[in-house]
Amino acid sequence: MSNHRYTLSRRAFVAGTSAAVVSASSIGRALAQMPPLKVGVLLPTSGAQAGIGQDCLRGVEVGLGVLKDLGYPNLTIMNGDTETNVEVSRSRAEKLINEGAQLLVGAFDSGQSTAIAQVAEQKGIPFVINIAAAPPITEQGYKFVFRNFPTAPMILGDAFANQKEIFETAGKSPKTAVVLHSNDTFGMAMQNGIGAVMPKFNMPYSIAQTIAYDPTARDLSVEISKAKAANAEALIVISRLNDAILLTREMVKQRWTPQTILSMGPGWYEDQYLKVLGKLGDGPLSFVPWYDPNKKVSKALEAALAKKHKDINLNTNHIFTFEALMIAADAYKRAGSSDPKQLAEAIRKTNITDNVSTGPGIQFNEKGQNDKLKNSAIQNRGGKLVVVAPKAASNAKVEYPLKSYNAR
Amino acid sequence: MALDTYINVVIGGILTGLVYGLMALGLSIIFGVVRIVNFAHGEMMAVAMYLAVVGSTSFGLDPLLMMIPIAAVLFAFGYVLQAGLINPFINRPEHSQFILLVAVALIIVNLLLIVFGPDAQSVQTSYSLDSFEIGGVIIDATKVYTAAAAVVLSAALFAFFKFSHLGQAIRACADSYTGALVVGLNVKHLYALTFGIGAACVGAAGAMMVLLIDVTPALGPGYTLLAFIIVITGGLGSMPGALLGGVLIGVTEAVAGLLFTPSAKSMFSFALLVIVLLFRPQGILGKAAR
Repeated sequence: MSNHRYTLSRRAFVAGTSAAVVSASSIGRALAQMPPLKVGVLLPTSGAQAGIGQDCLRGVEVGLGVLKDLGYPNLTIMNGDTETNVEVSRSRAEKLINEGAQLLVGAFDSGQSTAIAQVAEQKGIPFVINIAAAPPITEQGYKFVFRNFPTAPMILGDAFANQKEIFETAGKSPKTAVVLHSNDTFGMAMQNGIGAVMPKFNMPYSIAQTIAYDPTARDLSVEISKAKAANAEALIVISRLNDAILLTREMVKQRWTPQTILSMGPGWYEDQYLKVLGKLGDGPLSFVPWYDPNKKVSKALEAALAKKHKDINLNTNHIFTFEALMIAADAYKRAGSSDPKQLAEAIRKTNITDNVSTGPGIQFNEKGQNDKLKNSAIQNRGGKLVVVAPKAASNAKVEYPLKSYNAR
Repeated sequence: MALDTYINVVIGGILTGLVYGLMALGLSIIFGVVRIVNFAHGEMMAVAMYLAVVGSTSFGLDPLLMMIPIAAVLFAFGYVLQAGLINPFINRPEHSQFILLVAVALIIVNLLLIVFGPDAQSVQTSYSLDSFEIGGVIIDATKVYTAAAAVVLSAALFAFFKFSHLGQAIRACADSYTGALVVGLNVKHLYALTFGIGAACVGAAGAMMVLLIDVTPALGPGYTLLAFIIVITGGLGSMPGALLGGVLIGVTEAVAGLLFTPSAKSMFSFALLVIVLLFRPQGILGKAAR
């Protein structure tokens, strides 16, 4: 065994320190000399998904400072409102590219993201999807489209695994469930995914009925009447914010409290939902792509958000919009160029471990999909969100079953 | 499915349909007298809904109590719109009138976006989540209150047109523009009054509707279309037809949602419209063109 002891001479120390300083300053200078990358951020900041689109924008607002602190190059943000409309998404993407956007980020919704992906591929401009779960987007053989968000089957697989863990912890499980889903691209993809993925998990419940509804509908009383009439114990929902609020109000009016509400999408855990419904918002379980609160960057992002918006909880919208920008900045830093092909090549080789989302980090497979992402189960409690599964990442025990709405 | 569920859904459809009917009544009155199709009808209802939101959030006022003041504001808006902007277009080609009202609608939507932003806004009252249970049937309390208010307002409107001198003068204008001029009626003033009354109807309907649904600036076009479906089904220009059309559309959508799929319920209201147009083109209670 060697007993050699390394010693550091004064000369070596000075030389090493100088080299480090020169190296750091040259990297800093190089970053400073790089013109900001023009990133077109396409989000639905008006229309039915306006609230969520604006929430995603908060991820941009607070994320830029965090990225700068982490030593990433500057980004110039060019905003585009998709107006919650597929055709508008397409035209806005074209407009941003024509105005000089070197990379696109967006667009929260699968239908809108699909339209933007087609434009990005046609124009040869990299597109990093922040949130969109429909599997076909990364199944088209696109070279310029990357998604750092789980696909519907990934979300569902983790959701069923987490549900089984929750039922086991609670010592109780539903025998039947009714599925209420929006009939947009996301809702349909998730619904199809349930049919495909659920049989693999040997769940304790069977699906009694599936009900599709228009996510822009203003009155969901018939939908709840129909769900209630199915006599199911669990309500599985795939919805957005506005419809989640409407559905909850209708359940209260129609005096129906299922044993549990299992949300496979957004809406049910969002700040606006908690704020608008108060104590009526407590209890639903959401199975979502979430963040690892123990990661260093998560803490930095949480602190930055709290500084700017103290009443808003860090959520999926902020996390994945921030990470989309992180991917863009990281690729730009490594490529050292805003050439779209070089940027796309750099994104393909992404390997970020110092990130925010749950899982080992950000890497893309040959289809441009980050298939390493993991999901969590969270529950609304008194206006806050607690993680109840998986056990390794939980910070609370599940409250089960759902407390009657009329007894609150 | 239990019988209770069907009764529950049908009652819900009737109650919502009565409020739809009041909204469409405004469109029917305006068309019946002024012969102008108000393409800004849904947008005017959105304005009324926002007024109710402001009254509720800023002053804690119940939308049902604000119904009359909001109807008065919309009456003034409608009167000024007709007297100042639409009257000069009365004798112009129909496409000019059409574009004018579409322009008004677009202006309203964008003004609402500027003032209130794109987020959905709602009004919550002490009875927002209440319901009545009668023999296993659960009825939404808010829908009962709003439908009752819609029936009272509609009855008052029928009485006004039937028994008051002003109402009879307006009906005279509707029957014959030239005849009304010949007997010395101030037709342009009466037209403005009529547009004001139609706008007041939609104002009152908006104050009620905000209790049932959230409002966004983008809400207008959908409800303009709905109002058209209702009045064409019930009979363009017919006041009872508008109410009947509202109830029919409300019930059709509710039952279709229950029996088939809720996401396709609008398809059934359009199907009803097509059937009516095929077999009774003037609408169920409309008069055939002579």
